[in-house]
Amino acid sequence: MRIEEHPILGKPEEKRTIEFTYDGKTLAGLEGEPIAMALEAAGVMIHRYTKKYHQPRGVFCAIGRCTDCVMVVDGKPNVRTCITPLEGGMKVQTQYGVSAKAQ
Amino acid sequence: MKRYDLIIIGAGPAGLSAGIEAAKRGLEVIVFDENAKPGGQLFKQIHKFFGSKEHKAKIRGFKIGEELLKEANDCGVRVELNAIVIGLYLDKEVTVKIGDEIKHYKGDAVIVATGATENMVPFDGWTLPGVIGAGAAQTMMNLHSIKPGKRVLMLGSGNVGLVVSFQLMQAGCEVVALVDAAPKVGGYGVHASKVSRCGVPFYLSHTIIKAEGEECVTGVTIGEVDTSWKIVPGTEKHFNIDTICLAVGLSPMSQLLSMTGCKMKDTPGGYVPECDETGATSVPGIYGAGDVSGIEEASSAMIEGRISGIAAAEYLGFITKVELNEKIEELEEALQSLREGMFAPENRGKVLEKTDEGIDVSSNLLEMGYVDELEIGRFPGIRRVSGVHPAIECTQNIPCNPCEDACPRKCIKIGDKITSLPVINPDRDCSGCGMCVASCPGQAIFLVNEEYEPGFAAITMPYEFLPLPVPGDQGRALDRSGKEVCMAEIIEIKSLAAFDHTHLLTMKVPGDMVMKARFFRNMEGAQ
Amino acid sequence: MSKIKDRLINLGEFVLQPDDDMIICRCEEVTKGEVRKAVHDGMFTLTEIRRYTRTGMGLCQGQTCGRLIKGIVARELGVAPIELEAAVVRSPMRPIEMKVLGNEGKEAR
Repeated sequence: MRIEEHPILGKPEEKRTIEFTYDGKTLAGLEGEPIAMALEAAGVMIHRYTKKYHQPRGVFCAIGRCTDCVMVVDGKPNVRTCITPLEGGMKVQTQYGVSAKAQ
Repeated sequence: MKRYDLIIIGAGPAGLSAGIEAAKRGLEVIVFDENAKPGGQLFKQIHKFFGSKEHKAKIRGFKIGEELLKEANDCGVRVELNAIVIGLYLDKEVTVKIGDEIKHYKGDAVIVATGATENMVPFDGWTLPGVIGAGAAQTMMNLHSIKPGKRVLMLGSGNVGLVVSFQLMQAGCEVVALVDAAPKVGGYGVHASKVSRCGVPFYLSHTIIKAEGEECVTGVTIGEVDTSWKIVPGTEKHFNIDTICLAVGLSPMSQLLSMTGCKMKDTPGGYVPECDETGATSVPGIYGAGDVSGIEEASSAMIEGRISGIAAAEYLGFITKVELNEKIEELEEALQSLREGMFAPENRGKVLEKTDEGIDVSSNLLEMGYVDELEIGRFPGIRRVSGVHPAIECTQNIPCNPCEDACPRKCIKIGDKITSLPVINPDRDCSGCGMCVASCPGQAIFLVNEEYEPGFAAITMPYEFLPLPVPGDQGRALDRSGKEVCMAEIIEIKSLAAFDHTHLLTMKVPGDMVMKARFFRNMEGAQ
Repeated sequence: MSKIKDRLINLGEFVLQPDDDMIICRCEEVTKGEVRKAVHDGMFTLTEIRRYTRTGMGLCQGQTCGRLIKGIVARELGVAPIELEAAVVRSPMRPIEMKVLGNEGKEAR
């Protein structure tokens, strides 16, 4: 859910809407916002499943420190989506362990 | 390898302040920060700061951040962003990841201002998506305009937990409960009161038993703990929520300092370097400033940063020892005034029964998050007089005095000791301008007119939520605990630029509710 | 210098606790029980626990679990957490790809 108008901060900065894919689905996000925020706005909570126990993980610290939000972005795994800016045409996939394919 | 007079690690309040003071004295300074934006946590703080004018009181955190950044730019401080310092060595060489390379830099002096990281508390289900740190909630709401969730439970009643709970409500989220294992609220009473009167229940001496959900959080069970931290059977409470926020303390990120081999000490507040009052560690030329040398707050971090920046200038011979001592004395005084009062570092863990003035503290505030109606009359800011007058519900000694400066008629007095409770001057007449209401960072001041109309009183309160009610709106008045107590009608909304987004809402309530009604819930249209 | 000098202290039997399957190190998925068992296996310092169980060696490099591990190990040893020596800290402070480390000092060449 996006905040349209905030009582203290007012309206958010205008940003261009762009498209990207998430596990094959086309989604819309704002150019330059962290990938994780675009996913959150689209209602996506699960970013990856862990290697050992296959547990779901999502955003935890939101500042690039805990590495729970990592996903496979444009083929590269372990990308911290909470600090990586969204670009048009990006291919974002749920990370299973350390790769994109479901195990 | 490039050589700088001063390398600063961290472009938060401490780092930028240090850079400013050093650059002003002629040093060539570079500041490295791993983030894409400077300012550290400062830009996420949307509340008004406490302290006094010199501490930038009543100014919102992110505005202070903007001013600091501008000053740094004007002084020629170079800030390199997206630059991760991965190593700091004894001879003051740093290795920095910039882009796809590791670059080396040498500093004649180094100031480490890397701040702190959030603590964790594990519980059954804590790894589920939907469990986030309180800092994460702030980042999402205040930097990226994203709501962290719809229904949130906050764990932790320190200042971070209280402030972020309020910010969650400002962002449009519902805070279903505030939980803390401790028996007493850890943060400022005024922050707790702000949250309480909006209807958020406080559960002290409670902890999270389990976060439920298969793929993400769908609910949570909490329970009361006894003195040996065991769950008391039968006290379980369940909430349907989608987000759990953890605000359980901060720990200094001092790894770069311990790498250099400087003397460290382990304290209950974290692993910190042993520093003197200028932030100098046991390695000459290496300093620690801000939260990395001990968790306090942004106001203290900025002063510590300034002190270390000046100390580095003296160490490198850019100023004399005499100049150093003069400037340090002034800044140390400013720092010390922030470290006084009930929440002073020396008072941590102590049970304080009375204020400095000898008034019994509100025990209900500490146990339930709000001052009980029977306790509020004890405090000097509460006086029953005729005509409109301020009701100052400030009940703890904290360093803060914007209300004294705000009143154009000098109705409010605090004095030289800024931790004193505000007192109403009986010889002055209140004009009802509301500047005090808007200036109080704790939103603890109300304007009260007990005889607005026959049988009715008028209460003016600070209001920082959207949508803003309009005159004529009918609703309910809530008391300090968030309970609906009577009907209320909005008679005036005042929004001035000078109030800086704190709107003044005046509501009309039955006369006998004048000492109870402290918040407004609109009934017009859907909430 | 290790603060825990006595390697012969008797910790008693390893007793299972109801929260032993709680994940403490989120990155490497190490449970509380595994950490406690490691102490009973003779790992008395945080550096040894790290090497034995891999807590703190995952992507986040111990940022999230560090303090928690310290508390669990301290409780198992019957000492206050501040009596444990901090784990050894080395560069890099954040996870770095090998190819980036390979690009070190490029400007010097």
